[in-house]
Amino acid sequence: MVFHWVMDAPAATDPNADLDAALVARLAVDLDASFEALVNAHVDRLFSIALRILSDRGDAEEAAQDALVRAYRALGGYDVGRIRELRLRPWLTTIVVNVCRNRTRVKRVKTTGLAFEPGAEPAVDPVARRDARDAWANLLATLPPAQRVAIVLRHVDGLSYAEMAEALGKPEGTLKAQVHRGLATLRDALADEGPDHLDHKEMTA
Amino acid sequence: MTRLDPNSLAVSERDEGFAAIEAALATLAEPAPARLGHATLVAVGLADDYAVIDSPIGPLRVAWNGRGVSSVAGDSDDRAFEQGFFARTGRRATRVDSLPPRLARSIERRLSGDRRARIDLDLRGTTEFEQAVWLKALEIPRGEVRPYGWIATEIGRPRAVRAVGTALGHNPIPLIVPCHRVVRTDGFIGQYSLGGPANKRAILAAEGADPDGLEGLAKAGVRYIGSDTTHIFCLPTCHDARRVTARHERRFHSSDEAFRAGYRPCRHCRPVVAAGAA
Repeated sequence: MVFHWVMDAPAATDPNADLDAALVARLAVDLDASFEALVNAHVDRLFSIALRILSDRGDAEEAAQDALVRAYRALGGYDVGRIRELRLRPWLTTIVVNVCRNRTRVKRVKTTGLAFEPGAEPAVDPVARRDARDAWANLLATLPPAQRVAIVLRHVDGLSYAEMAEALGKPEGTLKAQVHRGLATLRDALADEGPDHLDHKEMTA
Repeated sequence: MTRLDPNSLAVSERDEGFAAIEAALATLAEPAPARLGHATLVAVGLADDYAVIDSPIGPLRVAWNGRGVSSVAGDSDDRAFEQGFFARTGRRATRVDSLPPRLARSIERRLSGDRRARIDLDLRGTTEFEQAVWLKALEIPRGEVRPYGWIATEIGRPRAVRAVGTALGHNPIPLIVPCHRVVRTDGFIGQYSLGGPANKRAILAAEGADPDGLEGLAKAGVRYIGSDTTHIFCLPTCHDARRVTARHERRFHSSDEAFRAGYRPCRHCRPVVAAGAA
């Protein structure tokens, strides 16, 4: 019991977790009447996750819809007790990551970070200047899949490591190491290309 | 590499120049396209899209979702359609430009008489009896008609003729579920939910069923057509009956009359309506 607060403290103060707890209570009572609320609460984050894993808007749209349809069908087959116990954020994350994995087996992700091509002249690279987010997305796409997924969940979606561990079925330590390696790769890629490639202040504004 | 010790990472992430990268990554979340939520609800059957199609009786509104076609209606405008649809199903219907191409092709093939064209129907909220009536109506070929009592007999509820009529009146997917091919037991064309009897006659005429000819037979009290070469009797629109030449045609006012003349019922149109179903 000494360590109990360490485990539970983040979840207890997480407003998303509270919203999801209220939502599963409604889903357990009437799936059809409350599924739209689930869609509204999670469609943006599922789309964002799929977009940054797959690097293609059309694919991401299909993957996010596919994940929600799968969630609806699964919920339809669960009994009330099982629905009440669901933690929606990690559960939906598992589904969308699996859908993305199944799609990438068929279609390889584009991994060329065009804005960071060595030898490209920084001053005449309007793409990187005009849309820094595209540049970051392209750079993210160059990471190995496991690191990319871990970074997307941690830093694009903002999941806790506990939620990531639940969603991906991997130990938190492994996921922290993947995130760390991915961040280090991104940092080194930026350092290699020089500071003019990405203006941090501009991007994070 | 003590840096990779998981317990030290929370600290080291900040120590290694990651803060700016993390902040940039956080900007990569973005809202889903507005249509995605609606498309998902349509896919699972919790919302519907609809579009307008042409028909022999003018423009019709056709609604569908991931489970199948959910409505066909002849309302005069979108608002009336949406209100009626919501009142019946509790779901929103959203107007779109056109049907999904596959559905459009299937409906076109169906309406031109190809019964192999598969169209899923979303019949949630309807009774088993109603569904039995509508599925039976789907078996009536284009250009032919059957009496209410025939449906009642075929679904094993010979005394439920009135309920069959009510169920057909509540058909949410007229034209595709061809309730217009079900006529009064005395042979008259009868009522029609999609805009009244004139529409029913127009659709039957467009399908080649000759409503004037049918009512002519009805006025003369003729219920069945037989062939004196085969000694088989049929409902007047059965494709077998229509092959009988005038020289060999015999007309009957009742099945008893046909049986007494030594005729047997056609195996295709199964013309004999169970006692009590007339």
